[in-house]
Amino acid sequence: MIEAKNLKKWYGTNCAVNDVSFDVKKGEVLGFLGPNGAGKSTTMRMITGFLHLDGGSVRIGEHSIEDEPVAAKAMMGYLPENAPLYGDVSVEGFLGYIAKLRGLRGQDHKGAVAEAIETCSLESVRHKTIQTLSKGYRHRTCFAQSILHDPDVLIMDEPTDGLDPNQKYEMRNLIKRMGERKAIIISTHILEEVDAICTRVIVINNGELVADGLPSELRERSKIAGAVTMTIARQPFEKISQRLKDMTEVDKVVCLDQENGVCRVRAFPADDVDDLAGKLHGAVAQSGWALTELRTEQGRLDDVFREITSSEEGEEK
Amino acid sequence: MTAIRNIRAVTAKELYCYFASPVAYVFFIIFLMLMGFFTFMWGNFFEQGEATLSSFFIWHPWLYLFLVPAMAMRLWSEEQQTGTIELLFTLPIKPWHAIAGKYVAGSLFLGLALVLTFPMVISINILGNPDNGIVLTGYFGSFLTAAAFLAIGCLTSALTRNQVISFVIAVVICLLAILCGFPPVTDAVLDLEVAWININTLVDFIAGFSVVPHFQTMQRGVVDVRDVLYFLSVIVFSLFATGIVLRSKRSI
Repeated sequence: MIEAKNLKKWYGTNCAVNDVSFDVKKGEVLGFLGPNGAGKSTTMRMITGFLHLDGGSVRIGEHSIEDEPVAAKAMMGYLPENAPLYGDVSVEGFLGYIAKLRGLRGQDHKGAVAEAIETCSLESVRHKTIQTLSKGYRHRTCFAQSILHDPDVLIMDEPTDGLDPNQKYEMRNLIKRMGERKAIIISTHILEEVDAICTRVIVINNGELVADGLPSELRERSKIAGAVTMTIARQPFEKISQRLKDMTEVDKVVCLDQENGVCRVRAFPADDVDDLAGKLHGAVAQSGWALTELRTEQGRLDDVFREITSSEEGEEK
Repeated sequence: MTAIRNIRAVTAKELYCYFASPVAYVFFIIFLMLMGFFTFMWGNFFEQGEATLSSFFIWHPWLYLFLVPAMAMRLWSEEQQTGTIELLFTLPIKPWHAIAGKYVAGSLFLGLALVLTFPMVISINILGNPDNGIVLTGYFGSFLTAAAFLAIGCLTSALTRNQVISFVIAVVICLLAILCGFPPVTDAVLDLEVAWININTLVDFIAGFSVVPHFQTMQRGVVDVRDVLYFLSVIVFSLFATGIVLRSKRSI
């Protein structure tokens, strides 16, 4: 549905987006990750046709955003960063205006506005002037605007920014539900969100694409992925460490925490070792230690994120 | 057809916004009060002893000089300031639909302000026997002047997200458009020692850019195609430039 090829954007002599390519199919929710100022919003603005491309191409469905902007934009819903709105009009008036410019008329127009109001739970504020609304309502109003015409493609720049935890939860569920039959791109720097809703992740740093894959694939790039964390009672770290290091499967052992005689250790597997947890369990049982926790780490997105984005920065300097 | 529907939608929304905020009411009240003040106090309306609106129309360009940029400054600056321009230009419409829609809304608004000066027309019809044709062409010229200033204000508000800057630049350009036909400016040009061009041609050339002479012929009851063309070209040029400015901003 969305096909971005070699996107390029220059701000003066500064390259804001450099050679970013990806595509999103129907049923996918693509998460855009990256530090602030990495070029996430710029990329989204190029995809939506707000900014002109300095290089590359964008296709929405069959339509090129440069050659057939009106047709391409008609297929898209867009929630810009910070949810900009016209303050002087009512929620209903605003949605009605957008629906008109989306080409909806008569019954379709009424139906679309009513449905968007219902989906976004804006019933109680529909007649209120937008500038009197709280941030959560404003955000949802802008979101309602983006789904008015039930677009095949939905692009959202930080959709949960400024929402309270309940609203965030609702918004995520909504996006997840809609993701089943649309192609969606969201940008965020909340990593748990990626786990919750995204089927694929892209990491952008300094305008360049540095990672592209499933959230689980990305997580596996974490240093601790595959390591085993154990909590053992009434044994000093030195003794545990000694015992574990004797095993050929264990590469190294670190102490995470040692308090009241309870010791948390993390063992990293040597190369090509599977099921380290099982083997460690055997060793611990043999030694007769009291094991209260045993867990294989899946890897953490924020570690990977920090690793990818900060090492790149280091190279620059 | 889509174009007309889109323009109508933008126009309706802009007009609604004028009246939803105090802008419209402040504008109308100030416009009508100042108009009355200038006409009756400074224009010696009664002393002239004529049933014409010349002492009324003569002030129009000067009032528009401040009031029109004040109402035009928000047209595009506000959209850029609040970021709603991002919404507008990701909708499936062509940019000129939005530009035209906003412009039409602004001119309808100014037209309405002019219509509200109808008591002037009633007054002179009670006091004497005016030539209402001349009154009508005067109104037509006044409207065109306002419309030209509005287009200039549109352009300056596209240039910047800061409404104050937009206002100041628009006032300066409109002031030049008024002054370049007046003696202080034309005399200054006459004093220039320019060898390569006939000085009178130069003066006429510069004076030709002024709104005042074009408006004045209409106040005398003459609707000259050249004058109408002058106003239309200012409007079309400014709106076209607005489109280019907005487009170039999206390329940055």
